[in-house]
Amino acid sequence: MTKADKQRKRQSIPMPKQKPENRINNFNEVALGYTTEQALAEAKRCIQCPKPQCIQGCPVGLDIPAFIKEIREKNFDEAIRKVKEKNSLPAICGRVCPQETQCQKFCVMGKKGDPLSIGRLERFVADYDLQKGVTVQPRSKSSVDGKVAVVGSGPAGLTAAADLAKLGHKVVIFEALHAPGGVLMYGIPEFRLPKKIVQAEVDYIKKLGVDIKTDYMIGKLYTIDELFELGFDAVFIGTGAGLPRFMRIPGENLGGIYSANEFLIRVNLMKAYTFPEYDTPIKIGKRVAVIGGGNVAMDSARSALRLGAEEVWIVYRRSKKEMPARLEEIENAEEEGIKFKFLTTPVKFLGDKSGWITGMECIAMQLGEPDESGRRRPIPIEGSEFVIEVDAVVIAIGQTPNPVIQRTTKGLQTTRWGTIVVNEKTGKTSRKRVYAGGDVVSGAATVISAMGAGKKAARSIHRSLLRKKRMQQRKES
Amino acid sequence: MNYSTSVGRENALPLYGTEEYGKRSVKAMYEALKKLELAPKIKLLKINAPEIARKAKAGQFVILRIDKKGERIPLTIVERDPREGTITLIFQEVGLSTMKLGALEIGDEIMNVAGPLGNPTEIKHYGLVAVVCGGTGTAVSYPIAKALKEASNQVVSIIGARTKELLILEDKMRNISDELYISTDDGSKGHKGFVSDVLKMLIEKGYRFDVVYAIGPTLMMKATANVTRPYSIKTIVSLNPIMVDGMGMCGACRVTVGGETKFACLDGPEFDGHLVDFDELIKRLRVYIPEEKQAVELHEKSGGIKRD
Repeated sequence: MTKADKQRKRQSIPMPKQKPENRINNFNEVALGYTTEQALAEAKRCIQCPKPQCIQGCPVGLDIPAFIKEIREKNFDEAIRKVKEKNSLPAICGRVCPQETQCQKFCVMGKKGDPLSIGRLERFVADYDLQKGVTVQPRSKSSVDGKVAVVGSGPAGLTAAADLAKLGHKVVIFEALHAPGGVLMYGIPEFRLPKKIVQAEVDYIKKLGVDIKTDYMIGKLYTIDELFELGFDAVFIGTGAGLPRFMRIPGENLGGIYSANEFLIRVNLMKAYTFPEYDTPIKIGKRVAVIGGGNVAMDSARSALRLGAEEVWIVYRRSKKEMPARLEEIENAEEEGIKFKFLTTPVKFLGDKSGWITGMECIAMQLGEPDESGRRRPIPIEGSEFVIEVDAVVIAIGQTPNPVIQRTTKGLQTTRWGTIVVNEKTGKTSRKRVYAGGDVVSGAATVISAMGAGKKAARSIHRSLLRKKRMQQRKES
Repeated sequence: MNYSTSVGRENALPLYGTEEYGKRSVKAMYEALKKLELAPKIKLLKINAPEIARKAKAGQFVILRIDKKGERIPLTIVERDPREGTITLIFQEVGLSTMKLGALEIGDEIMNVAGPLGNPTEIKHYGLVAVVCGGTGTAVSYPIAKALKEASNQVVSIIGARTKELLILEDKMRNISDELYISTDDGSKGHKGFVSDVLKMLIEKGYRFDVVYAIGPTLMMKATANVTRPYSIKTIVSLNPIMVDGMGMCGACRVTVGGETKFACLDGPEFDGHLVDFDELIKRLRVYIPEEKQAVELHEKSGGIKRD
């Protein structure tokens, strides 16, 4: 190998993307995906470690070297089969997983250059599979044959449902909104995760035999107890973190101030970006400020730009280093011309007579000692107040779990943040035969960690139903 | 049809549409089974929704989406019939979504109906209760007044509208009220003026109300709360802010109650009328009026308003 070859091997194949000047005018996907040649070239970079480190970084324990090896050998069908052994939503994970802090963080290639682009390769085989038309393995015959209710059709619920269906159980998913997918549908924008991809993954789950019932808000239409009355043997709660947090500062209820949830639900789920073709409107004006520093803030800011805002700021109380958003998303936002105001937080919203927002009084911050999250605590600098003129504000400072199920389920232990308490190993809650996982347990986190939790719960539900069945058989004989 | 008693074992029926549910119903989900025009632009729809019909209680609402391009809009469940498996909605055609809904014919389907949502009205024996309602608020009030009557309250209802033709549910309200008063803004029927004026008159006459329910246009609820405030009569209002999901996710329905932000969908829709910031609510309700007009005009130009 020549020196130049070595050098080349250290660099990953870049992801082809829509040009910033084009993409800010449309909602189409930004990252276009590897071509076959690019995927083969990237897969060749994998050195197939005898003791691979990457797997430990994956919350669902994907056999990464194995599926990469199949790509290298152009066995794409076999590659996707390997992926789907552990991951039922690969086209989604390949797009939205923070691989840089998971599998790719452990890749030995990363020591002397770029780590292998595992996420991009996962997306490549998943898209190959979707394009070809997903094939489903026949449902395995199970002697257990339990009936499981899954509440919520986000990443945790879909994964739990898929795994349980593969193990031969009858699974019904209850989704409160009119479309399945949870945050994948209402939260993550089209340009980062096309809804037809989500739809295709949901269709795959349905092909596994899972029944999805939309418009069913559990806790209202049926309580958890009533689900057992309806004949379910176990319940998995994967209702996510859907309750928006607000700043609790003066003027917050002015028109033009949206929770990120409202803003993104209008745009993604209700397709307000096509108004008046679709009936749901959204109103943002020319100058938009997004408060927060996570992926949801990036999604909101980039959506605002595509809706026609001329200037979009991300206002974050810490510095760039502390931002919880994925680096890739921060870079995408920067490329698109989003402006960042670090070490700044609003203290008051100002409005006109009609009750619409006109401005935002902010205060500058400095970083003090690290707080319980390990990040340096922002402290306001007195006398540093200034006003930014804005036409709309999106508040993206986090979500907590929706409280309805917690309020209507007796004996379900919760924390003071409203999350459900579970046994970490099994996903079991304080209620018999009730399991939970994903953001409703952890607080707002990632798609893949929710999937990991759904997987874990599915395993323990299966074990518990197996035990129950055996006990019944023993009694009968 | 009874809102106030527990539904009990009927919950144990199998899920709609499953094999076990069998041939209990051959009707399509959310099919319009009955349609009436109660007054100009005020319509009644009875919809097939068996599971919601079994579970709904007075004061709760549904969120519906009429077609794949439709908005999600909240509407109060006015009546339910668990045996028949139906719910009844009453609405005024004001924007595109309610116009599309009004254009439905018997046999047409609504794409999505989710519910029951919101908290049920706290029904108990208060004593003497005034139910003050205006416009389509009368439809929202009816199940509440009925449940209050069934809980052995003495119910005095005051119903109002802009003019005689817009009065709805007069007979139904009369049947479940001990006394019924009517007011119209133009004096075409009953008292000339506002429902809040009638309430004030009754209070001044010596009616000692234990609780007042005020349900209708925001200004009417504000005026009613202002009437009862000096007398310290507990006043409950049912708010109608803009909602998107109706399940606690978006916060579009946030209202200030006693200086605190509340979500009408999760914490309401009923609140203490003396604590609600009505002026803020009125402003929030007006936010999308230009877009409403734009959408209606566009649809009218392109061949009329109908379900897609």
